[in-house]
Amino acid sequence: MGSISLKQVSKVFGDTTVIPGLDLQIEEGEFVVFVGPSGCGKSTLLRLIAGLEDVSGGVIEIDGRDATTIAPAKRGLAMVFQSYALYPHMSVRKNIGFPLKMAKMDKAEIDRKVEGAASVLNLTDYLERRPGQLSGGQRQRVAIGRAIVRDPAAFLFDEPLSNLDAALRVNMRLEISELHQQLQTTMIYVTHDQVEAMTMADKIVVLQAGRIEQVGSPLDLYHKPRNRFVAGFIGSPKMNFIEGAEAARHDAAAIGIRPEHLSLSKTEGDWKGTVGVAEHLGSDTFLHLNVDDIGAMTARASGEFDVSHGDRIFLSPRADKIHRFGADGNAIP
Amino acid sequence: MSTRQTRTAARLMMSPAVVLLLGWMIIPLSMTIYFSFLRYNLLMPGTEEWAGLMNYRFFLTDPAFFSAMGNTLLLVGGVLTITVLGGIALGLLLDQPFFGQGIVRILVIAPFFVMPTVSALVWKNMFMNPVNGLFAHAAKFLGMQPYDFLAVSPLFSIILIVAWQWLPFSTLILLTALQSLDSEQKEASEMDGAGPVSQFIHIVLPHLSRAITVVILIQTIFLLSVFAEILVTTNGGPGYASTNITYLVYAQSLLQFDVGGGSAGGIVAVILANIVAIFLMRMIGKNLEV
Repeated sequence: MGSISLKQVSKVFGDTTVIPGLDLQIEEGEFVVFVGPSGCGKSTLLRLIAGLEDVSGGVIEIDGRDATTIAPAKRGLAMVFQSYALYPHMSVRKNIGFPLKMAKMDKAEIDRKVEGAASVLNLTDYLERRPGQLSGGQRQRVAIGRAIVRDPAAFLFDEPLSNLDAALRVNMRLEISELHQQLQTTMIYVTHDQVEAMTMADKIVVLQAGRIEQVGSPLDLYHKPRNRFVAGFIGSPKMNFIEGAEAARHDAAAIGIRPEHLSLSKTEGDWKGTVGVAEHLGSDTFLHLNVDDIGAMTARASGEFDVSHGDRIFLSPRADKIHRFGADGNAIP
Repeated sequence: MSTRQTRTAARLMMSPAVVLLLGWMIIPLSMTIYFSFLRYNLLMPGTEEWAGLMNYRFFLTDPAFFSAMGNTLLLVGGVLTITVLGGIALGLLLDQPFFGQGIVRILVIAPFFVMPTVSALVWKNMFMNPVNGLFAHAAKFLGMQPYDFLAVSPLFSIILIVAWQWLPFSTLILLTALQSLDSEQKEASEMDGAGPVSQFIHIVLPHLSRAITVVILIQTIFLLSVFAEILVTTNGGPGYASTNITYLVYAQSLLQFDVGGGSAGGIVAVILANIVAIFLMRMIGKNLEV
């Protein structure tokens, strides 16, 4: 249960084409993350799968069954919204039980399922409260609980962590991953945060302007980005791109080297640069450098590497970690 | 120290306004209470004398008082029912996107800006008139006997006129409440399997409850004192069929020149309004709590 395939799905709002036509196969039990800059169509894609928007063309199949024109509730999918979309006038118990009540399930069965979901999500003590009396993380869990009780074929998450503070976000990220391990249900997760994508996904779908740039496991995308967009989007801090003579030496229009693949030295190296701002994180130090003849670059040094503003240091890229890109932006193998 | 000074200063600064407001309320109220204990008839000036509770006894045992009280409650209840139900229906309609939305919204709100005497006269002469009215023409066109609204069912006709005036108000408030409903909540309920009807019952109506409470409370205040519509259409008649308490007080003090009796009626009306207010707050006031 829970494989979804999109065949030539497109979406047009008036004169604007949001998704020009896209194919994607999501396997049963996978944790798929749609990631991309804002306005890339990732939320629209999720809403198309949910059925909240009608497709302009193409076919959506859920478990091999054509679901393109089926009503949202009948697709067997559950969605967690960015604003949680809890019903403010209902208690947590009623919120979680609402989809079951709509499905005309009998009361004892609803109670049993709601309590089951509540105990999975540590909400048992809060069942009689209203959403307004809960913290952000608890509301998030209620929204997930409302999705769980339906036993959906797949969960859809629309940027669910963007309203939480940083510490809670890390926590909820773990909880959602843990939940995926427990339930083994297909999950589709939309985010613009590449850290969430990297840490949670089995499969990342990188989108730009409604097109799929690359699909693959997090490490695939990190090690073998197919083009400059993916290379620049995945990884933090961003990959350095070098054009011109230095790139021509590698038979490419541009080369990319990640900050963590530059070795730094005070005495020798391929390139020489001046240290600008140094961001000390403790474990690591991110150096923003101005490299002679090349320009601005970012490099990662260990936390012990002691430099300050204006120092002259040497950098050498690790030869096997250089990514080469052609004039069209695609990677050269 | 500094806070105490600002507080004293704030009290001093506010006191003129408070005194003015208090005077504005207290002086007429105490005058009315005082008059209500006097034998005070405008036809016999200079013969005012202490009358004790006589005015109250007369007013409260007057058969007109009971029918006026019933009419008041019917008027308030009828108009509230029509405006709340109609307001929800119109609000739901106007919330849909359609061509010419802006113009239609202005048209819907327009009746609220027509003054009560004017709208009552328009209704009386252009719609409800049994000879020239539009309703009469429509009835004749269909081959039916024209219905003399104001003569046969005066209270119902007045309820219609007043409801027409207040429908824009409730529509406006309920429409804005509908528009403040989070669209993700509607989508979530759609995903949860709620059809249009259960979505309305479980999501939209509870969301509207606070706005409905506001509509009921505000309208009740104004509907208890409906006067102009009665004066220009039926003059409270036939008999006392369309007399409410406000109109009865007017009739007592200015048609029968009995200022004392009118004042007693006014005080009774104040007490009744407060009883209604207490009941309303008990019943629906909890909707206003956060």
